[in-house]
Amino acid sequence: MADGETPLLDELEKGPWPSYVKEIKRMASKNAASKDLLGIQELSYKDKVTHWKHGGIVGVTGYGAGVIGRYTDMPDKFPNAAAFHTLRINQPAGWFYNTKSLRTICDIWEKYGSGMTNFHGSTGDIILLGTTTENLQPCFDALTDAGFDLGGSGSALRTISGCVGKARCEWSSIDTLDIIYNLTMEFQDEIHRPRWPYKFKIKTSGCPNDCSAAIARADFTIIGTWKDGLRIDQEKVREYVDKGMDINGLIVNKCPTYALEWDGKSRELKFYEDDCVRCMHCINKMPKAIRPGVDTGATILIGGKAPIIKGAYLSWVLIPFMKMEPPYDEVKDLLRKIWDWWDENGRTRERLAELIERVGLKTFLKEIGLKPVPQMVYKPRANPYVFLK
Amino acid sequence: MGRTDIGPPNYQDMLPDVIKKNYGKWKYHEIQRPGVLKHVSESGDELYTVRVGSPRLVSIDFIRDLCDVADKYCDGYLRFTSRYNVEFLTDKKENVQGIIAEMERLGLPVGGTGNSVSNIVHTQGWIHCHSAATDASGIVKAIMDELYDYFTSMKLPAYVRIAVACCINMCGAVHCSDLAIVGVHTKPPKIDHEKVLAQCEIPTTIQSCPTGAIRRHPDTNIKSVVVREDLCMYCANCYTVCPAMPLADPIGDGVAIYAGGKVSNARKPPMFSRMVVPYLPNNPPRWPEVVDVIKKIVEVYANHAKRYERMGEWIERIGWEKFFKLTDIPFTEHHIDDFTHAVETYRTTTQFKW
Repeated sequence: MADGETPLLDELEKGPWPSYVKEIKRMASKNAASKDLLGIQELSYKDKVTHWKHGGIVGVTGYGAGVIGRYTDMPDKFPNAAAFHTLRINQPAGWFYNTKSLRTICDIWEKYGSGMTNFHGSTGDIILLGTTTENLQPCFDALTDAGFDLGGSGSALRTISGCVGKARCEWSSIDTLDIIYNLTMEFQDEIHRPRWPYKFKIKTSGCPNDCSAAIARADFTIIGTWKDGLRIDQEKVREYVDKGMDINGLIVNKCPTYALEWDGKSRELKFYEDDCVRCMHCINKMPKAIRPGVDTGATILIGGKAPIIKGAYLSWVLIPFMKMEPPYDEVKDLLRKIWDWWDENGRTRERLAELIERVGLKTFLKEIGLKPVPQMVYKPRANPYVFLK
Repeated sequence: MGRTDIGPPNYQDMLPDVIKKNYGKWKYHEIQRPGVLKHVSESGDELYTVRVGSPRLVSIDFIRDLCDVADKYCDGYLRFTSRYNVEFLTDKKENVQGIIAEMERLGLPVGGTGNSVSNIVHTQGWIHCHSAATDASGIVKAIMDELYDYFTSMKLPAYVRIAVACCINMCGAVHCSDLAIVGVHTKPPKIDHEKVLAQCEIPTTIQSCPTGAIRRHPDTNIKSVVVREDLCMYCANCYTVCPAMPLADPIGDGVAIYAGGKVSNARKPPMFSRMVVPYLPNNPPRWPEVVDVIKKIVEVYANHAKRYERMGEWIERIGWEKFFKLTDIPFTEHHIDDFTHAVETYRTTTQFKW
């Protein structure tokens, strides 16, 4: 293979889906670091292993997070990507941008980095992929001058993110963007200076569809919900039926708690409010006819995480209903109580759910001062082993 | 030195006027064609969204291309979705065709709405990660090339969320996806005893192992650890805390495939994805074995599931025994859980299918 040739990666320029290899090549033609990145990736494809070394403690002044140090194991062969650090840039809530800001980021990254990015990383940040140790501080300074700041990494509060919310969704029961922005500004220290046993994630979705997967990946999950009944426009329901919707097959019979009934005679969709568990199915399928209620707030759930170490968890209900209005003091107080307890009791790399499983939910509730309610569990225990005190 | 802790820009500075004006007042929406949404406000205002697939790993020139389109058609605003799609927002219906034409020129697919396969959530892989057991961007490209028509159409029973994680750390929570591809190691760590001494805390390293496979080195003169290989399930948690214990291996590394997860609460509660293929080898640049399995499962699902039934709901209804039969995927001892929450997966009823 001649120098600079990438026969394996070239295969990924074919096919209809947009190609990341083409993107690297766009930069490689004018940026030496990106050219070396392409070479390193080609070698990984040949060798079937990563060519990035573990770790590297680098950063910017005053911060312990937001920069991921990265060095290749082949610095002689690829000197321009020998150090290839990442900056995590905290995204504006909801990933909305004006083009002026985006162009500014592009210009800064053209000057200080490889020109390669992720829009976005899994946690939500803009990922600026690949720069040298010397360029970190000036790049950061230029970014803060432009109004951007770093996100979280390591054993810190990770960048908070969530769904589009009230900006463009009629189903959002809470103002996700404002919650994200408010909490992010409140907890800058927790995001930028890792101090805990392990990472902590906060994600929010405006409704139980959970478009930001908050329940699966956040230690602290905020999902919009409501306490009253659905708003049903019977006229619009009839329009769906008249246009051929199989209302019994596709809506009524799919309601998980039998809270709906179609009366063919009166052509009315009957709704049993007490039976509704707000799953969103009927709303999703008949958005013009059925809307969420108006007594809105959030269900707070905790503990969601991926498998490392003791297995994956979905967040479980901690507070069935909480009003969500600025300045969100109730949420902030709860977060601080949880962090204090976790920080005090958690082992290294023990996420909140694992600690709670180790010491028991009962203990956790006592420690943070919450009363048990049946909404917290699917069912009560079946065994008799109770520590009665 | 620059300022610190200024936080991200206020999102309000990033919203187009039509959104500022109708914030929290949206009444309903409809999908006009794959990739085009129309939202209608209580005020009567309309907002059109054109959703476009992106490879996520993009150059600054790609972002500038997007900005050019947003300047021309969207008053200089755009957004990204949680699945890396780009969304062009406009209150002018007549701009929709122009945006779509620009996307055709740029070679970007319009779609990812409704009952489609949307963009694949994924991690860094070999492009930037030290602990990757596979590449992410390459697998995504290979799968999306094959499933392209499902992105630009809405012909599936329900939407299908696919995710790729390059190791079991699973940055991005792939473990609740309709289909998840996860990089796995299959060889125990190779210990560099001199490096352990220099770089690792021995108690932390021992404690990091979820199966208790790591012990102090029996020779007290060697300040290092040993691994009981029969207890190691290659999770690489030790490598995360101790760089002297890498697990990456060109022959052993590969991917596992999981199916049937969801995060939405619609109808059934959220579910974890479950293992359907324990291991396939890394076969870059296009991972044909992986793509074949994914395509097969999507097609069997498309042909068998009822309308609005997510993959996990379909599998629950027909039973996993039927899933393995229909997809022709062999069920092995590896599919039976033996980790922390195993017993709850054992069948405690005489109800099952043949």
